[in-house]
Amino acid sequence: MPVSKVENESIIARKPGVAPGEGPEKGLITLPGESDREVEGLGGASYITTKLDQVVNWARGNSLWPLPFGTACCAIEFMSMVSSHYDIARFGAEVVRFSPRQADLMIVAGTIVDKIAPVLKKIYDQMPEPKYVIAMGACATSGGFYRAYHVVQGIDEIVPVDMWVPGCPPTPDGLMYAILKLKEKIERGEIRR
Amino acid sequence: MSTLTKFSAIPYTGPAPTNRQPYIPVEAERMDARGQEISARIARPAVVQETGQDLPTFLVEKDAIIDVLRALHDDAELQFTMPLDLFGADYPNREKRFDVVYQLYSVKNNERVRLKVRVAEDESVPTSTGVFQGYDWYEREVWDMYGIVFDGHPNLRRILTHEMFQGHALRKDYDPAQRWLLTDRGVSTITPKIDPRYVQEESESDFERVTLNLGPSHPATHGTLRIVVTLDGETIVGAEQEIGYLHRCFEKMSETHTYQQVIPYTDRLNYCSAVINNVGYCMTVEKMLGITAPERAQHVRLMLSEFYRISDHIVCIGTNLVDMGALTNFWWLFQPREEIISLAETCSGARLLPSYLRVGGLAVDVPSTFLAHSQHLVRTLPKFIDDVEALVMKNRIFRDRVDGVGVISREDAINYGFTGPCLRATGVPFDVRKANPYLGYETYDWDVPVAEGGDTYARFLVRFEEMRQSLRILQQAIDRGLPPGPVMVDNPYVALPPKEKVYNEMESLIYHFKLIMHGIQPPVGEAYFQVEGGNGEVGFYIVSDGTKHPYRVRVRPPCFPIFEAFGKMIIGQTIPDAIAALGSLNIIAGELDH
Repeated sequence: MPVSKVENESIIARKPGVAPGEGPEKGLITLPGESDREVEGLGGASYITTKLDQVVNWARGNSLWPLPFGTACCAIEFMSMVSSHYDIARFGAEVVRFSPRQADLMIVAGTIVDKIAPVLKKIYDQMPEPKYVIAMGACATSGGFYRAYHVVQGIDEIVPVDMWVPGCPPTPDGLMYAILKLKEKIERGEIRR
Repeated sequence: MSTLTKFSAIPYTGPAPTNRQPYIPVEAERMDARGQEISARIARPAVVQETGQDLPTFLVEKDAIIDVLRALHDDAELQFTMPLDLFGADYPNREKRFDVVYQLYSVKNNERVRLKVRVAEDESVPTSTGVFQGYDWYEREVWDMYGIVFDGHPNLRRILTHEMFQGHALRKDYDPAQRWLLTDRGVSTITPKIDPRYVQEESESDFERVTLNLGPSHPATHGTLRIVVTLDGETIVGAEQEIGYLHRCFEKMSETHTYQQVIPYTDRLNYCSAVINNVGYCMTVEKMLGITAPERAQHVRLMLSEFYRISDHIVCIGTNLVDMGALTNFWWLFQPREEIISLAETCSGARLLPSYLRVGGLAVDVPSTFLAHSQHLVRTLPKFIDDVEALVMKNRIFRDRVDGVGVISREDAINYGFTGPCLRATGVPFDVRKANPYLGYETYDWDVPVAEGGDTYARFLVRFEEMRQSLRILQQAIDRGLPPGPVMVDNPYVALPPKEKVYNEMESLIYHFKLIMHGIQPPVGEAYFQVEGGNGEVGFYIVSDGTKHPYRVRVRPPCFPIFEAFGKMIIGQTIPDAIAALGSLNIIAGELDH
């Protein structure tokens, strides 16, 4: 069936655009019904920017998408945290993504050895900003009790870390606590990179 | 822990420590006699029997080793068809400093044999890959760790460490903390070996061959494995696996710690069934010390081993089904697994890796709720197993994904050195708990599940049935009840005295000090002991020089030969098949890379 092309006409009706600086600026988030209403007295751009940051940080903190860089025992405890009993879905971080392009929180669960270190770096580089890193367990934090010829002595040799979780392996509650702490940190807007 | 009163001063009257004396295994005479029979059968002048060992042991000239291996393999009576292990050991003060140790197993006679080849630093050993396919990776590991060259090896490159590593880490003169950074652009390139059967002239109609990399960070690789495949259209025509992405230097670390301190390291080998590794290690050291853990400790060891075996199979089945898209089973099975883990938590305080065992017994006694908790688990677990089995095993979609996928023949499985569920899925009823019972497994009524076919479906069948058999053992163990008594041997050269005695008695204080400062000191010698892990035979080979540090600890990782054969198992199949097959092998990176 031939499709006729409609010139200069969109399916979605657009309002005529307003040149920047002319009309009162609104935030990106609009409440229902607000779009038709003029916002009075909130003209200061700086005020709205701050507000926006808070809203965005709030959203980011509540929907972390973890990428489990699971190499060893900690990955099994990570699985426990994701699965039915501990259920990280309660805190909005259950969308586990194995593609770095779709994740914003890298949980390094397990020992990082010299052979996989470049891979860790590469995957970290592939994640879009903003991105956060949790070093789960003693090995990721400091090499743990593997003070050995093939073990990275803490992943902060390679990537910046936001949260360190103690334990060998940490309990699922411990990891969950770290995620909640990270969430607080994000919501306070502390993380700048 | 015991009935000792506060000021009791009963001196220890048992045997004194036997360090610096040679270790004479209890079975030495029997093994020597058997060794003579074996050497009479193969009758080679290059073979000299080494007496006084826990296995029939022979020193073999390096040029004759292939001939001897082949003779042992082909002999109709002996049939040492399974390569159990191959590893090195370094004795720098000797003229020929290295030992290359071969351990073989005969499925027919249920016996093991050890061959040693002594080589100097500049000498090489002929490769045995022609006799045992499974020795391919083992030889690479020996080369990587000791720098011993295997003449004629098809692919002699580093396996556990990275390609920029300098030196050979398990040599005694290598500093344990000496690292070498992999600064190159990361991952090395591998060209997959294409099976000659699939190499055809590329005609006009053929697809262009594509090389695809899976891992080391990939949702289906369960840890850190890397598989590089060559595809012809959708068919895999060549595959090569790369490991070492979790090489945590277990063996080198063991040499720098005392005997008790090694226990947490063994937990982290197969971290899904940590207790079983503890059992294997502790029993090897106990064998050298000539002690036996008290009955109560043995009973708890057995029960926790079986619980952890179930937990191991749950992780394997659950994650394997996740890879195939069946997420429900994972959620459903992880609930009872969580309760198994919490049982260990009540005992030791740690969840996944309890490090609960000690050489000579247990760290502490079990809580009073132990049996009731176990009974609750044994009552509730069957429902979860039945539910998942009902969900998948007759499911048409599932069957299409697993039937005839990842097949390995019985001969190949033995020739590679498969053990555990993957071997039993090919129809070989080899289970260490039956073949060489320990912890009193022979007194329980249970069966070894065996399936035919060697495909992914057969492995599922075996794992499901093994969980039920474990529950059977557990029910009997609960019915028998915990034997009363202490959980640690009464031997001050192995077990720390109770704290109240340390503070009140001079003698106990001295024992405590001696044990903390000088550790356990087994007699000089070597021993091998094996247990049935979640994936197969977990064996520990320990060499003691009479000091507090083990001279050499070798673990036989059951995953190692299984993953080695993986490339062969997926030839001619597709990537989704490979993923389904990989999950069913239950490759645990910690154990694979030790």
